[in-house]
Amino acid sequence: MSGRRIRVLIAKVGLDGHDRGAKVVARALRDAGMEVIYTGLHRTPGEVVNAAIQEDVDVLGISSLSGAHLTIFPKVMDLLAARGADDILVVGGGIMTPADQEALKARGLAFFWGPGTHTGDIAACLREAVK
Amino acid sequence: MRDLAGRVLAGDIRAAARAISLIERRENNVAPLLSDLYPSTGGAIRIGITGPPGAGKSTLTGCLAQRFVAAGRAVGILAVDIASPFSGGALLGDRIRMQGLANDPGVFIRSMGNEGLPGGLCRAARDAIRVLEATGKDVVLVETAGVGQTDVDVAHCVDAVVLTLVPESGDEIQLLKAGVMEIADVIALNKSERPGANGLAGALRETLHARGEVDGWETPLVCTVGTQGEGLAELYEALEAYSRHLGTGDRLAVLRNQQLRRELRERVEARLAFRLSAAPARECLDRAVARVRAGKDDPYNAAERLSGEM
Repeated sequence: MSGRRIRVLIAKVGLDGHDRGAKVVARALRDAGMEVIYTGLHRTPGEVVNAAIQEDVDVLGISSLSGAHLTIFPKVMDLLAARGADDILVVGGGIMTPADQEALKARGLAFFWGPGTHTGDIAACLREAVK
Repeated sequence: MRDLAGRVLAGDIRAAARAISLIERRENNVAPLLSDLYPSTGGAIRIGITGPPGAGKSTLTGCLAQRFVAAGRAVGILAVDIASPFSGGALLGDRIRMQGLANDPGVFIRSMGNEGLPGGLCRAARDAIRVLEATGKDVVLVETAGVGQTDVDVAHCVDAVVLTLVPESGDEIQLLKAGVMEIADVIALNKSERPGANGLAGALRETLHARGEVDGWETPLVCTVGTQGEGLAELYEALEAYSRHLGTGDRLAVLRNQQLRRELRERVEARLAFRLSAAPARECLDRAVARVRAGKDDPYNAAERLSGEM
């Protein structure tokens, strides 16, 4: 593997207009040497999965601050599985109760990062997880 | 790798996406894959969309793609965006402007970092075009990173170049300058609702008219407002007209021959450069450096002797 550059898609799904966190993380990962595709606000799970497959990303990161995560994450993960793309690492950021985090991790969510996370930790975590 | 080629040829999106990644990473075993795909390439119309940063290239690319799709054509898009020359990382945001296509399974959009290289494209662009063609695309749109006057690489990889300008792109003197202005087959003056658009449009028409026809084609100017879809029918029609023009006589064959010649040259140069950085050549180089530093030779003779030894 020569010059392996990690590719990450960062998405906002549904009626959630808060993308400051998503942009901060996108920029931090860019500065950590990754290629980050940001798809903008108000995407559907289908659009996000479509983009993740076309972009051949290693990581799909969904930012969620609207409380709809128990609907959005399983929907995205089911669509990935249906397209044979469940090898893509799904990670999340935003606001989630610890119980919901555990529930989604049981469904396959690899990592979740809440407010106050150091962006360097996110990059290190992804580097470790994507080999 | 052979299996991957088969899946690409069968139109498998995941396989095509993976193939482009392998090309970008310059994996050692990618050459047989490309050789397997090559006989099934070259069939699409290749259109480049270039222009300065923020001119509306992605928006126009998305609008054009929608029109090609409406005309029943399978469309692939390569969107090159700037990568950091420092970290090598990139924030690829062209897809955001192409939302009309996000749910269309017939449209393949791939964002690519430019690896911090000048020219407006990335190393993998030419091969990525071929991967899209091998999946059966009829039209491949190649959007460059934001370019300056010197970035003309896209012209070496596509059949038609749309240069996107904005009212702030300068006065008539800028239009007379060499470089990116010379590669435009169609010019879109985007954001043409803004003040100053009429003045620049007039200067552009005058400049283009004064240049006149080159091989029977006078570059047309189309005024557009990408976000409103204004002028898109005209832009699409201008491209169709150029495509018909290229299809007349052997124009397309001549163009593709020139491009292939350049490609072969570049590939050979890359191999020679690689050999120059390998161990035996490095030792010759070290010896030559020592001789010049010791006053026994000068850089001009040394370079001459070294190229002979290669």
